[in-house]
Amino acid sequence: MSIIYFLIGCSLLLALCFLTAFFWAQRTGQNDDLHTPSMRILLDDDDEDLT
Amino acid sequence: MIESALIEKTSCYHCGDECLTEQYTADDKQFCCQGCQTVYQVLSENKLCSYYNYNDHPGATRTRIDKRFDYLSEPSIVSELIDYTDERVTTVTFYIPHIHCSSCLWLLEQLNRINPAVHYCRVDFLKKQLNIRFDHQKLSLQQLVELLYDIGYEPLISLQDIIKKQNSAVKDNLVSKIAVAGFCFGNVMLLSFPEYFGLTSFENSFKYFFGILNILICIPVVFYSGWGYFVSAWQNLRNKVLNIDFPLALGIAVLFIRSAAEVFTQTGAGFADTLCGLVFFLLIGKFVQKKTYHHISFERDYRSFFPVAVHILDNNIEKPIPLSQLHIHHRMVIRNNEIIPADAILLKGDALVDFSFVTGEAVPVSKTLGEIIYAGGRQTGEAIELEVVKPVSQSYLTQLWNNEAFTRKQDNRMQTFNEKVSKYFTIVLLLIAFSSFFFWLPTDYKRGFAAFTAVLIVACPCALALSTPFTMSAALSIFDRNLFYLKNTAVVEQLARINTIVLDKTGTITTGDSTCVKIEASLTDEQKQLVYSVCINSIHPLCRMIYHYLGGMERLRVNKYAEIPGKGILATVGKHQLRIGSSKLVLGYPEKVAHSTNVHLVIDQLYLGYFAFEHHYREGMEKISALEPSLNLHLLSGDQDHERADLVKFFKDTSRLHFNQSPQDKLDFIQSLQNNGDKVMMIGDGLNDSGALKQSDLGVAITDNVNNFSPRSDAILDGRSFNKLPAFLRFSKDTVKIIHFSFLISLTYNLVGLSYAVTGNLSPLIAAILMPVSTVTIISFTSIATHLVAKQRKLL
Repeated sequence: MSIIYFLIGCSLLLALCFLTAFFWAQRTGQNDDLHTPSMRILLDDDDEDLT
Repeated sequence: MIESALIEKTSCYHCGDECLTEQYTADDKQFCCQGCQTVYQVLSENKLCSYYNYNDHPGATRTRIDKRFDYLSEPSIVSELIDYTDERVTTVTFYIPHIHCSSCLWLLEQLNRINPAVHYCRVDFLKKQLNIRFDHQKLSLQQLVELLYDIGYEPLISLQDIIKKQNSAVKDNLVSKIAVAGFCFGNVMLLSFPEYFGLTSFENSFKYFFGILNILICIPVVFYSGWGYFVSAWQNLRNKVLNIDFPLALGIAVLFIRSAAEVFTQTGAGFADTLCGLVFFLLIGKFVQKKTYHHISFERDYRSFFPVAVHILDNNIEKPIPLSQLHIHHRMVIRNNEIIPADAILLKGDALVDFSFVTGEAVPVSKTLGEIIYAGGRQTGEAIELEVVKPVSQSYLTQLWNNEAFTRKQDNRMQTFNEKVSKYFTIVLLLIAFSSFFFWLPTDYKRGFAAFTAVLIVACPCALALSTPFTMSAALSIFDRNLFYLKNTAVVEQLARINTIVLDKTGTITTGDSTCVKIEASLTDEQKQLVYSVCINSIHPLCRMIYHYLGGMERLRVNKYAEIPGKGILATVGKHQLRIGSSKLVLGYPEKVAHSTNVHLVIDQLYLGYFAFEHHYREGMEKISALEPSLNLHLLSGDQDHERADLVKFFKDTSRLHFNQSPQDKLDFIQSLQNNGDKVMMIGDGLNDSGALKQSDLGVAITDNVNNFSPRSDAILDGRSFNKLPAFLRFSKDTVKIIHFSFLISLTYNLVGLSYAVTGNLSPLIAAILMPVSTVTIISFTSIATHLVAKQRKLL
C-alpha cells in the first residue's frame, strides 16, 4: 500500500501544474476580456471585399 | 409626389436615420448627411465595406461636423493620454462610446488597412475601449484621432477619465486567492475522506501522513487566501468596531490552530477540510459582491464635463492649451457647441449660451458684450472671444466642489444590516464560547478547550457573511436588466430606507426635447410658408422649433425684418406684414393666464392664433406621485416657476415645489431635510445637481445615454426606466427582507451546530457537513427568492 504515498505525490504535483497554468493565464491577462473573443471568432478575415 | 414621399422614408445606409434629401448619394446608396457619406467613401476606398454586411446601419449619425483635434499636437496633453512610448511606437487606449456591435469590432480591428502606420489594434467590447499601437513617426496622435473620427468612431477624450482610473486601480488578486483556496479545498477534501469513512488499524499509518499533508496544504489558505480577514479584523479592532470580519478571522485562526494541535498530538483528524471550504466560500461571496460596470463611471466630476484643452489667442495667433494652464487674462476662443470652461467676460461675437446643464434652464440665454459668462455654458452659434476672469478651479460652478459635502469621506452613510447584526453576533458568540469554557474548566480542562474552540468553529458566521453578497448581487443584476445601475451592493439597502424623494426638473422629469409644438390656429399652406420664411431668420429657440415643426418649405424673400429681443419678430414678406411673438408685442396686451408658452401670430392685422409649446414630463411621473403618502416628494428646480401650474398636480401641494434654486440652495435643502431625520434620495441630471446628489443619502443621476456625462452619484438610471422607480423601491425593500430571512436560516444552522459544540463533542465530520450545507442553502434560498420577488414586481 505504500504506493499510495507515490500516487498522492503525483496527484498533488499534477494539480499544482494546473494551478500554475491558471496563474500564468491570469498574469498574462488572458482572462481580462472574456467577451470580445467570442464575437471576434464570428467575423471573417478575408482580404477580398465582399460587396 | 408619391415618389418623393417614398424617398423621404429611405434610411441612411450608414447610420439608419431617415434621409430627408436625395442630395447625398454614393454607389446607389442614400445617406442622411455629408458626414455619413464621407465615412462610407473612406471605407469603400479602403475596401472595408464588409462593415455594412455584419449589421444593418452600424454607424453613428454624423450630422455634427465641427470637431477640432488640434489640441492633440500639444506635447503636454499627448503625454497625459498615451500609455507607453519609445523611439518607434506609441501605445494608447481610447474610450469609444459608439462601440456597440460586431461591425464596430471588425472595423476598428482593421485600422491598419486604412493606415499602415497602425501596427496593432484590439477592442475590449464590454469596456468600449480600443487599444492601439502605432508608429508615431508616420502617424501623429492627432491624425490617429482624426482617422477614428473620420470613420465615425470618435474617442471620448478627457484627462480625468475612466480608462486611466481602471488601469491604475490596484488589483487585489481576489481571483488568484480563490484559485488557491479552491485548489487546497479540493485536495484536502480528498485526503480527508478516508478519515471520514473510517480507517482500519492496518491503514493507520496513513492517518498521520494525511493529517500532516492537510496542515501543509492549509498554510497557503490561511496565510495567503484568508489573510485579508485578519488584516481587516485587526484594523477594525483598532478603530473599536466589531464587524463580521472579526468572528470570521477568529474562526479561521481557531480552526487552523486546533487542527494543527490535533494532528501533531495525534488526538484527532483536525478540521482542515472545514477551514479550506470556509475560506473558499467566503472569497466567492466577496467575488460575487464586486460587480463592476466597466463602461459606466460613477465618479465623474466637472473636469470630465469640461474639454481637455481650450483655444486661446496669443498675439493674435490661436493656439490650444491644456485647461490646467488656463489663467486669468487669457483670451479664449469658443466655437459653436463648445463649452466655456471658466468664468469669463464676453469680448467679441454674439453669445447665445445654453446653460441647461448648469442651471437647468432649458432656453439658451443671449449675452451682450462685456457681460460675465459663467463656466459650464455651451455656446450655440458663431465663435466668440472671451477673457478669463477666474481660473477654472474657482469659477462659480466649480466652487461647489469646495463644499464640505465633497471633502468629507463617503463612509458616514447608513449602516448596513450586516454591520449592525455582526456587532451583537460577535458579542453573543464570545459569551457562549467563554461560558462553555468556564463550565467545563473545573471538571475537565481538555473538554473546556474543546468546547471553546468548537463553539468558535461551528458558529463562524459563514452563511451570514454570504447572505448579503449573494442577495445583493442577484438584486443588482435585476436592477441592471432594468437599466438601473447601482454603484455597489450597499446601495440596495440605502434604497430600501429612503423616505423622501427630491426631484430636479429640467432633464430629470422633463426630457431633453420635452416641448412639443401645437398650432392653435388654422393656417393655409401659404400662411405657413410665410411664417416659415420669417422664423428661419431667427436663432431664437422657439422660432427654431416653429420652423422645424413646419418642415422643409420653399423660403420666401423677406423684405423687412426686425427682431425685438425677448418679444418677437416684425417682418414684411412680399405684400404681407407679419407679427410673431409674445402677446404683448402682437396683441398689445400681456397674456392673462397661460398654461404653456405661447407664440402668437398676426398676418396683415388679422389675429390667426398661436403656437403653443407644451411641456412633456417623463412617462411614469403619475406613478411616482402616487407614492406620496408613504414617501415625501419634493421638486427642486433651477428654473423659473412658469410650470408651477403644470407641476403641482404631481405633488401634494405647492409647498413641495421649489423654484429658482442655485446649486448651493439645492445642497442646503437636502441638508435641511436630513436634519429632520429624513433619508433623502435625490434624482438629478446636471452639474447643478451634483452638490445635492453628493449630500443626499442616495444620489441618482438620470440620463438618456449611460455613456454620456452624468455627475458623481450612487446610481445611474436610464431615462427609459424612470417609470419603474416605484417598483425599484418596493423591490429593494423585499431584498432587505430576504436578507433578514436568510439571516434567520443561518442562525438556525448555527444553533444546531452549537448544541453539539457546547458539549465539546464536535466531530470533524459534522463540521465538514454542516458548513457546506448551510452555505448552499443560503445561496440557493437568496437567489431563488430574489428572482421570485423580481417576477412579482414585474422587473423580470
